[in-house]
Amino acid sequence: MTALTALIRRDLHVALRVGGGALIGVLFFLTVVVLMPFAVGPDLALLKRLGPAILWLGALLASLLTLDRLFTADHDDGSLDLIVMSRTPLELACAAKALAHWLAAGVPLIVATPVLGLLLNLDGAATLAVALTLLAGTPALTLTGMIGAALAVTMHRGGLLLAVLVLPLSIPVLIFGVAASNAAISGADAFGAPFSILCALSLASLVIGPVAAAASLRHGLD
Amino acid sequence: MRLVGRRLRCVRGGREVFSDLDFSVLSGEALAVTGRNGAGKTSLLRLIAGLLVPAAGQVAVEGGSDELTTAEQAHYLGHRDALKPALSVRENLSFWRDFLGGARGDTLPALADVGLDHIAHLPAAYLSAGQRRRLSMARLLAVRRPIWLLDEPTSALDAAGQALFARLMDDHLRLGGLIVAATHAPLGIAVRDLRIGGPA
Repeated sequence: MTALTALIRRDLHVALRVGGGALIGVLFFLTVVVLMPFAVGPDLALLKRLGPAILWLGALLASLLTLDRLFTADHDDGSLDLIVMSRTPLELACAAKALAHWLAAGVPLIVATPVLGLLLNLDGAATLAVALTLLAGTPALTLTGMIGAALAVTMHRGGLLLAVLVLPLSIPVLIFGVAASNAAISGADAFGAPFSILCALSLASLVIGPVAAAASLRHGLD
Repeated sequence: MRLVGRRLRCVRGGREVFSDLDFSVLSGEALAVTGRNGAGKTSLLRLIAGLLVPAAGQVAVEGGSDELTTAEQAHYLGHRDALKPALSVRENLSFWRDFLGGARGDTLPALADVGLDHIAHLPAAYLSAGQRRRLSMARLLAVRRPIWLLDEPTSALDAAGQALFARLMDDHLRLGGLIVAATHAPLGIAVRDLRIGGPA
């Protein structure tokens, strides 16, 4: 247990210090969302309708941006070798890294959502709904993204490969995240069904993600 | 305890690096792996560390712990120092101490042993190559492991650093540890040579 808390604390420290990934993710999220009203134009009704989708897309792209470094940084400086060799099961170490990544890069996105909701003409309740769906859905983004990050590090190709691998896996999360947000805002459809599926996606990826990432890291050892 | 490799064969990228390699190292003994560049010194260390899978043969520890794998009883000091530039010297060492399951307590004594206690608060980004090496050495001291796998351990170290490391290795051997080191330079301790890949 000490080993895992040490790993989480280290990853959080590295992410939150100067040059770490946490701030980059939020800034990117901010930029994407701020640009949208300029691209769409001053149509407040349209912005309001697109709001949840824009926030979700922004969060998805921002988490993708920071996931790139999840294993690459450890691989480049040799830490990954020692993590693979250690007595801590690799699956748990992967889960710990995912938790640290979510705390450092996912939670700030959720915290920033209320501020960005204002720019998209979303009222308080709607912003809260989007924040809630992000809270339920971003763990799934991190955990599925981790599989892509592990594959990318073993193939020595970062960046683009990660996006190509991870984005298709993120589509269900995006669909149900936006569906749940819209249901909460319009009230026309049931909120419970898409939100439950979103939670289920997060839970399923919590089981699959660490195991798949660890398998990929072990298989790609060299 | 005894670290044994039997009929090891290593293939990297479709090319055979070495084959039919046998070695055996006893407690208190150091094995210096030598050979030309590309002969497979690093590959051999990574095979022992479990970071590469041998194409044939096996590595085993006899007389060690039954529950732990070879990798779990070993320290691997590779080319890359496993340090985070954003963390301080002390934070880097504390992390590895906690992650690898070392005894809790102050890390300063281990830092003092490698002569880095005066810069414990400095971010690792500002360390020189030799200081990074010394910090990696401190990891070997902070967590006890019987097997040390060292890849070019004295590279980047100054004369005092090399003497210091020779002393640390000597202490480790005296306490019943064993060392497998890939090296071009003399280590400053009594070693047995294992030459791989034919004459230079």
